[in-house]
Amino acid sequence: MDIYWEPVWLTLKLAGLTTVVLLMVGTPIAWWLARSTHWVRQPIAAIVALPLVLPPTVLGFYLLVLMGPKGMVGQLTEQLGLGLLPFTFEGLVIASVIYSLPFTVQPLQNAFASINEQFLEVASTLRASPRDRFFSIVLPLARPGFLTASVLTFAHTIGEFGVVLMIGGNIPGETKVLSVAIYDHVESLEYTQAHWLAAGMVVFSFVVLVTLYSLNGRLQSGLVK
Amino acid sequence: MAETGIQARLTCKVGTFSLDVDLDLPGSGLTALFGHSGCGKTTLLRCMAGLQGARGIVCVNGDEWQSESGTRPVHQRPLAYVFQETSLFPHLSVKRNLMYGYRRIPQSERQISFDQAAEWLGLSHLLNRMPEKLSGGERQRVAIARALLTSPKLLLMDEPLSALDQSSKQEIMPYLEALRDNLAIPMLYVSHSTAEVARLADHIVMMDKGQVIAQGPLQQIMARTDQPFGLEEDAGVILDATLSERDERWHLCRADFAGGHLWLRADENLAIGQRVRVQVLARDISLALSEQADQSIQNILPATINEIATEVSPGTSMVRLLAGPTPFLSRLTSRAVHSLALEPEQHVWMQIKSVAIVD
Repeated sequence: MDIYWEPVWLTLKLAGLTTVVLLMVGTPIAWWLARSTHWVRQPIAAIVALPLVLPPTVLGFYLLVLMGPKGMVGQLTEQLGLGLLPFTFEGLVIASVIYSLPFTVQPLQNAFASINEQFLEVASTLRASPRDRFFSIVLPLARPGFLTASVLTFAHTIGEFGVVLMIGGNIPGETKVLSVAIYDHVESLEYTQAHWLAAGMVVFSFVVLVTLYSLNGRLQSGLVK
Repeated sequence: MAETGIQARLTCKVGTFSLDVDLDLPGSGLTALFGHSGCGKTTLLRCMAGLQGARGIVCVNGDEWQSESGTRPVHQRPLAYVFQETSLFPHLSVKRNLMYGYRRIPQSERQISFDQAAEWLGLSHLLNRMPEKLSGGERQRVAIARALLTSPKLLLMDEPLSALDQSSKQEIMPYLEALRDNLAIPMLYVSHSTAEVARLADHIVMMDKGQVIAQGPLQQIMARTDQPFGLEEDAGVILDATLSERDERWHLCRADFAGGHLWLRADENLAIGQRVRVQVLARDISLALSEQADQSIQNILPATINEIATEVSPGTSMVRLLAGPTPFLSRLTSRAVHSLALEPEQHVWMQIKSVAIVD
């Protein structure tokens, strides 16, 4: 039974951790993209969106090279005594963060951009510092955006395959996540096991999306209440 | 730097528009920034608040908000700002909107209590509503109360009535008058409506193309023969008067002002001792060289001619007069000025055909 549940647990851990990290990293990026008028905004926006269009194997390949013993990141992590990241769970988290970046940043960016600038001006005339304004005005008004970003990031990380294969390989308990496990089962013609996991994914994804849509609907009508 | 009043010497450039003003305004009462749209009055207000960057100085009753050496960010200036558009935070109830600024100032600086502000602006029954459930007038009242609750040293208002319909305007006006009369806080009020300015302002700054073209007490500016206020046909003066006597038989009310008194039609709502603002139009004043009893006009005041501007428009002259310290304007035909041989320093009688309370 552990053979079934280990990949599931690992996948949830990876997706959860990736979502948390991305909300912290993605929020400032999205805020800057939504507010800045600097010319580097467009190139940065393009870089953030790259994982949307690149084949995951391309991304995984470059990450492998970068984090490998001859890559810049690899040499840095070795000097810091962290060892090499490829084929570890930590390496997988970093890869997922990059792979799922647009799924966090874009909903947040849209949510931030739709906030009327005047609310921030009003708050500043009511003695709120920039930091205070962010927490008291921006966060509550962007709540539907945060919900969408979290759910999309979580779900997208669960579904990743190419990047995992390139950078994580197939180490049980360390990097063998659901999608790789399914692939494994199919390779060894264990269709029944593959069915269980695959069907589970379908049901899970469906439930997540239905929850997201109804929550978002409630949040939005909550504002008009 | 002067210890009282408001000094603002500001320049800023936005695209092709440039603002360049040097103002010394009274440290109390309501000062109207008046001009056509695009004249820079809102930009000036935003620069004073620090919402828009500008070079120069801003000093409010001795407190330097901005100087050549540095500028304080908006949230560190003790000001309040009422915006043109409804600006209530949509995710907070009326009560939490009101508390937003109130919570952010130290207790020792709070001079207006929550209950006081809610009562002044008639909000006590609305506290638990969400902004979406309020009418336009109610929302603007909440915004004004929210601004007052920060106990500001300067209250800035950017056309607070312009987004409202006529009945909401009428609903809010009395609140603004009460604030002007009861608060010791100087107010800067941006408007392009002559009616609002005539009713509310003590002092007026007239702007055009980013520059100040005239400034001074409302009474003095309104009584200028060159009419910078631009009222044309409706040129006239504004008087602050107090109701002192009621004549029940003829349904009249006596309004005393510095330099004389006028009789008005008594309205049900008027009470003895009440302060009113009275408008006398230039076209409603005719002049006589002697006091004439055999005629119908009831308001006849002695005055001295102060200035005559002939031919302000073809065939028309504008005469400025003083009754005591109070200026009046009379619009006459140039032929009348000529045939009566009117000249400055001459004593005449003003026959005032119509007097109206401004509302």
